[in-house]
Amino acid sequence: MDNNISLTLKVWRQNDAQDKGRFETYKLEAVSTDSSFLEMMDILNEQLIGEGKEPVAFDHDCREGICGMCSLYINGRPHGPDDDVTTCQLHMRKFKDGETITIEPWRSAGFPVIKDLIVNRSAFDEIIAAGGYTSISTGGVPDANAIPIPKDDADEAMDAASCIGCGACVATCKNGSAMLFVSAKVSHLALLPQGRVEAARRAKAMVSKMDELGFGNCTNTGACEVECPKGISISNIARLNREFLAAKLQD
Amino acid sequence: MKLDSKIPEGPLAQKWDNYKAGQKLVNPANKRNLDIIVIGTGLAGASAAASFGEMGFKVKNFTIQDSPRRAHSIAAQGGINAAKNYPNDGDSVHRLFYDTVKGGDYRAREANVYRLAQVSNDIIDQCVAQGVPFAREYGGTLDNRSFGGAQVSRTFYAKGQTGQQLLIGAYQALMRQVNAGTVDMYTRTEIVDYVIVDGKARGVIARDLVTGEFSRHFGHAVVMATGGYGNTFFLSTNAMGSNGSAAIKAYQKGAAFANPCFAQIHPTCIPVHGEFQSKLTLMSESLRNDGRIWVPKKKEDAEAIRAGKKKATDLSEEERDYYLERRYPAFGNLVPRDVASRAAKERCDAGFGVGTTGLAVYLDFKTAIERLGEDTIRARYGNLFQMYEKIVDDNPYKEPMMIYPAIHYTMGGIWVDYELQTTVPGLFAAGEANFSDHGANRLGASALMQGLADGYFVLPYTIQNYLADDIRTPRMTGDEKEFVEAEAAAKAKFEKLLSIKGNRSVDSLHKELGLVMWDFVGMARNKKGLEEAIEKIAAIKKEFWTNVKIPGSGKGMNVELEKASRLADFITTGDLMARDALNREESCGGHFREEFQTEEGEALRQDDKFAYAACWEYQGEDKAPVMHKEDLTFEVVKVAQRNYK
Ligand SMILES: Cc1cc2nc3c(=O)[nH]c(=O)nc-3n(C[C@H](O)[C@H](O)[C@H](O)COP(=O)(O)OP(=O)(O)OC[C@H]3O[C@@H](n4cnc5c(N)ncnc54)[C@H](O)[C@@H]3O)c2cc1C
Ligand code: SF4
Ligand code: FES
Repeated sequence: MDNNISLTLKVWRQNDAQDKGRFETYKLEAVSTDSSFLEMMDILNEQLIGEGKEPVAFDHDCREGICGMCSLYINGRPHGPDDDVTTCQLHMRKFKDGETITIEPWRSAGFPVIKDLIVNRSAFDEIIAAGGYTSISTGGVPDANAIPIPKDDADEAMDAASCIGCGACVATCKNGSAMLFVSAKVSHLALLPQGRVEAARRAKAMVSKMDELGFGNCTNTGACEVECPKGISISNIARLNREFLAAKLQD
Repeated sequence: MKLDSKIPEGPLAQKWDNYKAGQKLVNPANKRNLDIIVIGTGLAGASAAASFGEMGFKVKNFTIQDSPRRAHSIAAQGGINAAKNYPNDGDSVHRLFYDTVKGGDYRAREANVYRLAQVSNDIIDQCVAQGVPFAREYGGTLDNRSFGGAQVSRTFYAKGQTGQQLLIGAYQALMRQVNAGTVDMYTRTEIVDYVIVDGKARGVIARDLVTGEFSRHFGHAVVMATGGYGNTFFLSTNAMGSNGSAAIKAYQKGAAFANPCFAQIHPTCIPVHGEFQSKLTLMSESLRNDGRIWVPKKKEDAEAIRAGKKKATDLSEEERDYYLERRYPAFGNLVPRDVASRAAKERCDAGFGVGTTGLAVYLDFKTAIERLGEDTIRARYGNLFQMYEKIVDDNPYKEPMMIYPAIHYTMGGIWVDYELQTTVPGLFAAGEANFSDHGANRLGASALMQGLADGYFVLPYTIQNYLADDIRTPRMTGDEKEFVEAEAAAKAKFEKLLSIKGNRSVDSLHKELGLVMWDFVGMARNKKGLEEAIEKIAAIKKEFWTNVKIPGSGKGMNVELEKASRLADFITTGDLMARDALNREESCGGHFREEFQTEEGEALRQDDKFAYAACWEYQGEDKAPVMHKEDLTFEVVKVAQRNYK
């Protein structure tokens, strides 16, 4: 039932990309453990507004773990201490009365800070634009059942396609690599006959765009898989490497 | 204001073909010289922008999120309808059309709905070609399931993430066009007004949400696909950023707003649990296939449960009231959304509600688990049960879920003709933002269908018919007086907001508006309450414009300022909804007027008086809008009272 806790929050504040940024400390009383983490942030912001201060800027939208917009680095973990959830699905019952919580933005060369806890993840869109699609236009496509697809392949493609583009994999990687994200898209499309046609070309285009945008190399630490809220498997990276090699051989 | 629906000649089934046969086209060389602005990157906006780009137009596409992939459409869970009849269970274009008109309680335009059913099959083909990983059978063909309000299995789905997968398909097509240079993408950018030149929509004023700067953009035509206005209620199943501002701005620039009072309340959401609650989470409709809905038979038991002295599992079968099965033996727990929502409210208002607030009913899987085993239930609903447990901290395999209705979707919206053009020439509206197709109530899995139909298969034809007359219109620079004036007006609004420096936070005012909406313009409405609501909304409006507090400045990112600007428009929407609800003296679909019900408490339509779309014309700030009627005539469908008994 209803349980209230008091918290000390150490929150990263940064006015804009040029600002150096600093931690500010805030105290919050009587936060219900039934509230979500982002609702706790709302309470903090109401308190700040009441004091005439600027509220903390953070990204969020759906608040049900699907849009990939929320992105906090909480006590040293992307999306906080619970497993397989996004920040918006994290609840305050995971925290103890009197606890100090440190809240930072994603930190990675590929994701510059815009303000406070908000970062710019448009590099992910650029990587998709480089080749993360099937090259077909509206209309003039075959009947949906024209090509049967084994259920297992369709299910595996679905698992890879469930990436929400949140960037936690990059934020947790010591190299700042976007390999898990890229491999999820390459796998999703390569596993389906409709995407298979361009698989090698796609892998090459997406990887070179990723390199160009300043994401680091993958050294197989596996940290990304642990922090991915959608359980995207690192085995996708192996598939990406195969596709990438195939493309290189064709050159 | 003239409302010309432009329904093509000919029998219903041939109207769309007739239209396409006679419609004007733009040749490829001219397409390069024509600019289209698309506002929104949800299913409707992304599919339209991608298609226009492929056709060779120059497109500018705007979204308030940081990426087009994050539009609210991403959150849709259940599925998308189409008349493929793959399961061979008797489905057809005609049946999908008929179900949609009937489900909408006979308040939609036949011709539009028929076309929607016709193009539904193309959508599935298109999405599969894009690599959307729909669920499949072992034989490799696509799988279907059934949804409320239909007797056939016509819903395609991708796990519980259909909206996500469809949106990612459209997003990928869109990014391909960005790469090809036909679409310019503007993220974290909000359209704050339209520019009208010589009576035609010719551009927009944008505000960069990162820098706070304004900019002017020209387009030979403008498409708004900005979603629904459910967040007028503050608490809804919509994403936090979903808003009705682009629609209200269109309305203020001369576009009629149709049927604003038609809002859908979804019966199975996780109940409100505290003052700090920021949004409501939907539990998929599919749960009603196996879950049974009940409240205690005796008030004492309900009181004991609310006080924490008894648990649901303490009550025997005899002590439970499965009220949907009792009232609607034929459809039972599977009655349409509006009927299920009202029945829950009726029980809670009568004092039988559970949960700490008394505003909840049980959704119980006990019988299903006994019949099918826990494993089968886990396979069917595992992810939903997990989501419930994360939020509520209760195990739904052991204790029944608690649910309560919540605002979910808005059928009303900007009025459009058959071409999806608004009453402002050159301004088109698509997706949830327009009023077409769903009448007074939307069936499950039909919003995704409509959004993609509009963007992939309707607008690419109809917009050409408009633009064909515009090939000699040169691009404007944005320095024309109409652009300069529109920008100045938009800037003035934001400066005004910042200058108020009052004492109330934006959220506190939005919550206040939401409560008024829920209490008086929610699931059950009556004359007295609606009149009261209009007064209360006017008071909130006054409080807002004199006492809102927005820290920070207009330079750089200012989230409170964004929210304030949207709340100003939600207040206008709320007022419009109340007025429309007051005008509509009948009960239909999502609109239930207590004065108009049968002896058994069912909705009572007044077809002789209200078989029309109510289209509201703006008259100026603080002036009452004027209502115009688009009469609905039914040539094919036989209008009847809905019956689910
Ligand atoms: C939880 C949930 C589950 C659902 N499940 C289903 C389902 O299973 N099946 C089904 O058919 N339907 C479902 N629906 C309904 C369906 O998801 C929506 O109706 C549909 O996705 C709306 O799509 P849209 O393209 O019209 O708008 P949206 O997806 O809402 O997109 C609006 C776009 O407009 C942009 N925008 C808004 N205002 C501005 C502005 N001023 N300037 C610039 N850009 C702006 C936004 O950034 C966004 O890109 C569900 C809805 C919810 C809430
Ligand atoms: S792979 Fe996982 S962590 Fe990385 S962006 Fe996708 S969902 Fe987020
Ligand atoms: S807010 Fe959408 S995933 Fe968290």
